[in-house]
Amino acid sequence: MKGNSHESFSDKLFRTLAAFGAAILLLVMAALFVELVSNSWLSIKKFGFGFIFSNVWDPVKEEFGAAASIWGTLVSTVIAMLIAVPVGILIAFFLVELIPEKFAKWIGTGIELLAAVPSIIYGMWGLFVFAPFMANTVQPFLQSVFGETELFSGPPLGIGMLTAGIILAFMILPFIASVVRDVFKMVPAVVKESAHGMGSTLWEVTSKVTVRYGMQGIIGAALLGLGRAIGETMAVTFVIGNSHRISTSLFSPANSITATLANEFAEASEPLYLSSLIELGLILFLLTFVIQIVSQLWLRQVKKKMGRQ
Amino acid sequence: MKKRSALPRKIFDKIAALLAYLAAFAGLFILGWILYTVAARGFASFNLAFFTELPNPPGIEGGGLANAILGTIILTLLATLIGTPLGMLAGIYLSEYGKNSKFAEWARFFSNILMGTPSIIIGIFVYTFLVVPFGNFSAYAGAVALAVMMLPVVARTTEDMLQMVPSAMREAALALGTPRWKTTLQIVFRAAKSGLITGVLLAVARISGETAPLLFTALNSPYWISSLSEPTPNLTVTIFNYAMSPYEDWQQMAWGASFLISAGVLFVTLTTRFLLKEKK
Repeated sequence: MKGNSHESFSDKLFRTLAAFGAAILLLVMAALFVELVSNSWLSIKKFGFGFIFSNVWDPVKEEFGAAASIWGTLVSTVIAMLIAVPVGILIAFFLVELIPEKFAKWIGTGIELLAAVPSIIYGMWGLFVFAPFMANTVQPFLQSVFGETELFSGPPLGIGMLTAGIILAFMILPFIASVVRDVFKMVPAVVKESAHGMGSTLWEVTSKVTVRYGMQGIIGAALLGLGRAIGETMAVTFVIGNSHRISTSLFSPANSITATLANEFAEASEPLYLSSLIELGLILFLLTFVIQIVSQLWLRQVKKKMGRQ
Repeated sequence: MKKRSALPRKIFDKIAALLAYLAAFAGLFILGWILYTVAARGFASFNLAFFTELPNPPGIEGGGLANAILGTIILTLLATLIGTPLGMLAGIYLSEYGKNSKFAEWARFFSNILMGTPSIIIGIFVYTFLVVPFGNFSAYAGAVALAVMMLPVVARTTEDMLQMVPSAMREAALALGTPRWKTTLQIVFRAAKSGLITGVLLAVARISGETAPLLFTALNSPYWISSLSEPTPNLTVTIFNYAMSPYEDWQQMAWGASFLISAGVLFVTLTTRFLLKEKK
């Protein structure tokens, strides 16, 4: 007798339906990729690889290059990571080591709620509240401390690369903090106690034992944050300033892939213009795809290792 | 041997602790700052007209966002109606049938990838897939974009929740001669009910505040919805359009819409957290 021969018709139907549900996940991904490639084909054919490196963005002359948008995406993401990773680790240190569990739960929930705030709200707050704060307080302060360096040159407008990066940092902070907290909690007490026994201070135990022990998990958390930051749209669109010029100053208005898409997609009537925008989307998709794959493989590796111990 | 002083190390330890306190405080402060701003500025634009009238052109007093409120509710409901059954079917397959098969592994892998795909990319995808062929922006397209974002969330939580049901329950039902589909839907689902509801709520919280997937799919509209195959007014795209406009009364409206969306999303998120805690 075959294994499934007693399966009734309704059971077969149900199993097929369920398999169809799972297949949808694969089909959506496949269709998404095919649509992005086929719709950006016009631009791929016209500009080739030069698209990635060209800094021209001229809808009138129909000359398009992605360099400024890619640059903005990368720089704002790097700023966000530089802030959110250390601050996230500090928050995890605070929650796990410095305060009683009772309070840690509440404060942890508060931090995690930052992730629940919709990104357009970050945009509103960023544009109307945080950008003026940057322009009036933070940017003049940075200029007075560091002088007229390249990085902080130009008028303090409030909007621009730096503001976008900082707001991105706020948005990914809860993801990083909560994963790092879980990683810290997984470190066996014996390992920490042996360091305490040697006379180490609390911070020495954390930085030299806990962080090293959980390094792989922390890198996983950083990858998670990176994946989120790079594709974030609305918050960045509100504050980055929408300028296709590449500038060395972090105070200058800039653009990211997502901001260019959000601002220009609806008004792109020429086929080549639209196709170039979709190619921008394809580049972003490939970037996040690679980050996702690396982080998934990484986390799988970590889980395997943790499982063995 | 010279004795090393412990003092610098202790001072450094105190500094690190201080920085950690500051970091946690800063996180909470930002949350408070955002919520306070949205509540204070948003509440100022609430009145009866805000909830019952159509938007006015800039410069004309009064008017409301009733059409956008209704539109957001319709889009969210429609997306939930599409995304939940498909996501649950996928979850059922992963938990009850596929398990560790190659196909199931791939489905899991790609559902994680889909979860990490930027929402604006999903918006573009649905634009090329549904808006261009049919020739117009529509509630359908907007809802499909949101449903695509729901799919992986519902699928994975469904799988997790079904996994938590002891297999003894399935075996008991099957031993009585209950067909597999009935066992799944009437026994396993019932046992996992609260978890499944939580999963759907989680997904709803994730999509109801989304803007980027709607920009090129549902678009926006200053009128009431008369059919699902037309550009559909919604709160989030309205916030974007109004905030970027130079008109102060529109910006004020955007604050009102922001408050409404934040309150809704935070309410659903907190409910989900509460339900999850109950389960544990």
